[in-house]
Amino acid sequence: MATYNLTINGKETQVDAAPDTPMLWVLRDHLNMVGTKYGCGIAQCGACTVHLDGVAMRSCQLPVSAIENKKITTIEGLSENGTHPVQQAWLEHDVPQCGYCQAGQIMSAAALLKDNPNPSDSDIDVAMNGNICRCGTYTRIKAAIKTAAKMG
Amino acid sequence: MSIIKTSVGRRSFLKSTAVAGGGMMLGFSWLASCQSKPEAEVLAMPKEWFAINSYLKIGDNGVVTIISPNPEFGQNVRTSMPMLIAEELDVDWKKVIVEQAPYDAKKYGFQFTGGSRGIMSRWEPLRMTGATARQMLRQAAAQAWEVPVEEITTNAGVLHHEASGKSAGYGEMASAAGKLPVPEEVKLKEVKDFKIIGTSRKNVDGKDIVTGKPMFGVDYHQEGMLVAMIEHPPAFGMTLKSVDDSAVKGMPGIKDVVTIKSYKDDFAKGGFDTNAFAEIVAIVGNSTWEVMQAKKQLKVEWKPITAYAETITGFGGRKETKNIPAGLESTTSHNAQMEALAAKSGKIVRKDGNPDAAFKNAAKIIERSYSAPFLAHNCMEPMNAFAHVQGDKVHIAAPLQIPALIVPTIASSLGIPAENIEMDITRMGGGFGRRAYSHYIVEAALISKKVNAPVKLMYTREDDMTNGIYRPTYQATYRAALDENNNLTALHVKAGGIPESPLFADRFPAGALDNYLAEEWSIDSNITIGAFRAPRSNFMAGAEQSFLDEIAEAVGKDPIQFRLDLLKRAQEDPVGEKNDYDAARYAGVLELVREKSNWGEKSANVSRGVSAYFCHSTYAAHILDMTIEDGKPVVQKVACAIDCGIVVNPDAAKNMAEGAITDGIGNALYGELTFKDGVPEKKNYDKYRMIRMSEAPKEIEVHFVQNEIKPTGMGEPPFPPIFGAIANAMYQATGKRSYKQPFLADKNVLG
Repeated sequence: MATYNLTINGKETQVDAAPDTPMLWVLRDHLNMVGTKYGCGIAQCGACTVHLDGVAMRSCQLPVSAIENKKITTIEGLSENGTHPVQQAWLEHDVPQCGYCQAGQIMSAAALLKDNPNPSDSDIDVAMNGNICRCGTYTRIKAAIKTAAKMG
Repeated sequence: MSIIKTSVGRRSFLKSTAVAGGGMMLGFSWLASCQSKPEAEVLAMPKEWFAINSYLKIGDNGVVTIISPNPEFGQNVRTSMPMLIAEELDVDWKKVIVEQAPYDAKKYGFQFTGGSRGIMSRWEPLRMTGATARQMLRQAAAQAWEVPVEEITTNAGVLHHEASGKSAGYGEMASAAGKLPVPEEVKLKEVKDFKIIGTSRKNVDGKDIVTGKPMFGVDYHQEGMLVAMIEHPPAFGMTLKSVDDSAVKGMPGIKDVVTIKSYKDDFAKGGFDTNAFAEIVAIVGNSTWEVMQAKKQLKVEWKPITAYAETITGFGGRKETKNIPAGLESTTSHNAQMEALAAKSGKIVRKDGNPDAAFKNAAKIIERSYSAPFLAHNCMEPMNAFAHVQGDKVHIAAPLQIPALIVPTIASSLGIPAENIEMDITRMGGGFGRRAYSHYIVEAALISKKVNAPVKLMYTREDDMTNGIYRPTYQATYRAALDENNNLTALHVKAGGIPESPLFADRFPAGALDNYLAEEWSIDSNITIGAFRAPRSNFMAGAEQSFLDEIAEAVGKDPIQFRLDLLKRAQEDPVGEKNDYDAARYAGVLELVREKSNWGEKSANVSRGVSAYFCHSTYAAHILDMTIEDGKPVVQKVACAIDCGIVVNPDAAKNMAEGAITDGIGNALYGELTFKDGVPEKKNYDKYRMIRMSEAPKEIEVHFVQNEIKPTGMGEPPFPPIFGAIANAMYQATGKRSYKQPFLADKNVLG
């Protein structure tokens, strides 16, 4: 066990955890921030995607000991009141079915648009290929990303 | 206008629950925080709520809370079921809040999400609920204003009396209405008068989903809760021998290691009590990561099972005996076993005319065999459950499809009365049939009892994927007899699987042919199987529709016209009396999709495949457009036509069809679980191929047949036929027929 000072969604917080504890479980178990989801634990499904200094990362592979001094953004902190263009576009297209993977999809999409405000179809394919949706909402996700891009 | 009775037999689900002074309804603890507000920004909350019946409470300011009875796993029933109530209540949808019902069979009937039966089964009861409440509000207004009830009209949550000019919001009359007796019969609206049903309404949970609010089983939290994980045998055909927890008990955060047995020895299992591993080890600790570490260190010895038989009581008390063999099974031996049985005669399930003579006299016989592997459900949220046993009571919060059917099991395994089980139904991160088998809840409850603490049981992805309840592996051989004029004179289907047959003997093209023979077979296995989105149809549709495509080509007909000709025969002069489809509606979806997709027009490099199927009382047809790029099939577009009767929430229904199409393409091209010596060879998404963004159709168009028929299934019907559409398009694109799923498997490119 060690104590870590973390900056999550702009707020500083302290957690006591084993150094190898992935951020996914720090968020979910230690901080009860459960918007970030467990799907596979091996960075293959994207459900646990967060931003680390603005870059989309799989939090199941991020040990808490490796991220001090870096800023973490989770789905809960992507915007105040769910007003990020990606979140708004998701609502406009009514994307979710079961909804479980969507936080990860949204975090990947938001990171994509930050780097590439006007992604092509193949840019979207590349950026989003690591996020699995078993319900099969991919066509809506792609449409929503394009709408979000227009909102700027 | 249809008038319906508000009670069926002795039971009424509409007992007024109002208490003096206006009754607050039960608060649903954790789930009460999961209220959802459709389309409205922020609704002003009322000072007081008045319960009208168990589904409805109306606030003094006119805000309405509707309790959605069925479990939600993405079909959007939490929006569409309240829409049914809101329609007949005649309320402004913007003023509706939706709450999830807990399990309560007395109030909410059969809370079952599966078999595409949700809207179908709730269509009249929920509208009746709304209509009853509206009637009570009108009566309350009539009494207050001393005018005849017939003269009270409503509009969007407001009561009016035209002659006196009086009007009042529902909130003002709710207290009085809640105290009135439930009317014995009510009038339901005519379809033409619908204002909410048939209009697209956004998912009431949309905002909570995109902002990451807790709502799933895995999100459930209670102070002092421990985390549990399980170790189950590594192979089917194995069971627990002994546990050595010495290396684990001292690990950080670890509280206990316990073994549990899910069923009492004399327990009579029901149809959804399937469980491959009834005796397992559980590790309990403070946090998920700590328990995961201990799980790696735990030493467990396993031993082979001995063969046994068990009697299962299914729906309607139907008893069935299953033989579970011993041994460690492998895909290679499964395939050899299936091939051997497919070559023998099966059990004849239907025979029309004289198929033997037709085949004997045939000028040409076409015979083709199709197969598909076991599939894992792979719900994105792995199996999990919260349970807190205290004395002879238990509180459960879990994602599950059929709460009522696990209650007897929990009661038996814990040795407590069924009425002492309090169960909250959380949102499910996918179901697809998997969560109809909720043994994980029994496990959580038994663990909680043993460690005497509230426990959240979490499966890892590996636990989830290797735990069974798979879609079975299937095989089907079709034969067609053609005469010298290339007319189809007989059809023979023989289908089987491990451990069940996929055959539906009375489905199309049965009924369209003078000579028809259907046979089936099955092979016992210790690999546990269960419902998987459109069970059995999800294989048979692909096989049948691929075969019909091949016959159409052999007889030189357009594949759609060939199907329509068969359907015309089935409609005008059906063979046999047990045909389970309406040939005219079946033809209707084919005609609609043909029209919408400009079937006659060919464009360069685009290959098209058609397929249609009927299941869960709904008709679906797809036309899939494919190109080949770098040796990979690319689905450019899928056009889809569906006849599911009245569509309650069109955009949500479209979403479901789009999902079914994409999910089906993924399973057809990549889905596969293989076994070696009883061990599932894929345990996580690095090996188990799921369809991803770059492989999804670039465009999906969904068209609904417009009619006023009662709604039928929607979650499953668009899924099975896509397997045929992609197979037929691949043939057009490559000149090679696909007979064995998955069509691409690990190859990713066409070979």
